[in-house]
Amino acid sequence: MRPSAVQLLNILVPIKRAVDYAVKIRVNPEQTGIDLNVKHSMNPFDEIAVEEAVRIRERLKDAVKSIKVVTIGPPKSAETLRTALAMGADSAVHVEIPESAPAPEPLGVAKTLKALIERQKEGVDVVIMGKQAIDDDAGQTGQMLAGLMGWSQATFASRVEVDPEQKVANITREIDGGLEELRCNLPVIITTDLRLNEPRYASLPNIMKAKKKPVEKLTVAELGIDLTPRLETIKVTEPLKRVGGGKVANVDELLAKLKEAGVTGKRA
Amino acid sequence: MLRPEMASKATRLRALALYKELHRLGRDYEPSYDFHGKLRRLFEKNRNLTDDEEIEKALRLGEYIKNETLALYSLRKYRYLKRMYPSNSTTSDT
Repeated sequence: MRPSAVQLLNILVPIKRAVDYAVKIRVNPEQTGIDLNVKHSMNPFDEIAVEEAVRIRERLKDAVKSIKVVTIGPPKSAETLRTALAMGADSAVHVEIPESAPAPEPLGVAKTLKALIERQKEGVDVVIMGKQAIDDDAGQTGQMLAGLMGWSQATFASRVEVDPEQKVANITREIDGGLEELRCNLPVIITTDLRLNEPRYASLPNIMKAKKKPVEKLTVAELGIDLTPRLETIKVTEPLKRVGGGKVANVDELLAKLKEAGVTGKRA
Repeated sequence: MLRPEMASKATRLRALALYKELHRLGRDYEPSYDFHGKLRRLFEKNRNLTDDEEIEKALRLGEYIKNETLALYSLRKYRYLKRMYPSNSTTSDT
């Protein structure tokens, strides 16, 4: 809640263990959600967030006091934390929920993060997180957290520059129609866009070294949060199947069909 | 991985580390390509090398394959993400 003294930065990176990007998503037979018995990995936007935190430290060196990653998830989420530690985070917090528990909602996650931030004795100056998770595409948690904390926020960041002495962050955002440059007072919530950076590969030796880094385990009860969902998903269905293309007999027919579809071949 | 007794301990460790790293990378490869099978056969083919330069060359080839595979994975992921989350702006410089 209180930013850390003078010029040292404490960075918090919330991450999510989400369905892997390469998985072909299938709706479950009950039509209540997607098949979750598939490969999971760190949400790509969160990888970008971890990478950005590490790069901020590479640029500012000793001005960054700590990079802490946090996840709210089942026991398997510990692997995701280990990958983040292997990429360069110093320590991790695992807010463990039971395997059978429903996926936390963005507001629940934001409240949990708020409770966690308020527990940090050294304070938090910068929170960097993915703009959205690729499995639910909610894109709400960062904004909700900023609202709950009353902190400045810069979402869809494509460039981040933190100035610990001035206690500001200069951030470029990707918006419709171009780029927007913001100067935010610390503490700040930043959500990452795809074009911010390219995350490093967590090599096997680094993964092994990461096993020695501290991981604090907490429960939501300890944080005083109730993650009971406020939304009920009524039904999940696949999108309508694409209608197949038709075959044409010759060029004339092709031209006729294109004209029908409104394609004239002239520049609009 | 078997090597002659005379082989330097350092290169043995390097070869082992390389094998482990490549093996881990191979998990995400197209299954029909049989990455693990090819990896094992390539290492086994070179198991009896004694000449330092040949050993270096083999290790360098392994490193090259590792970097190429990493680049491939990176590209594949980035391309997917770029398609799924395109830049909205009309004047983007990407």
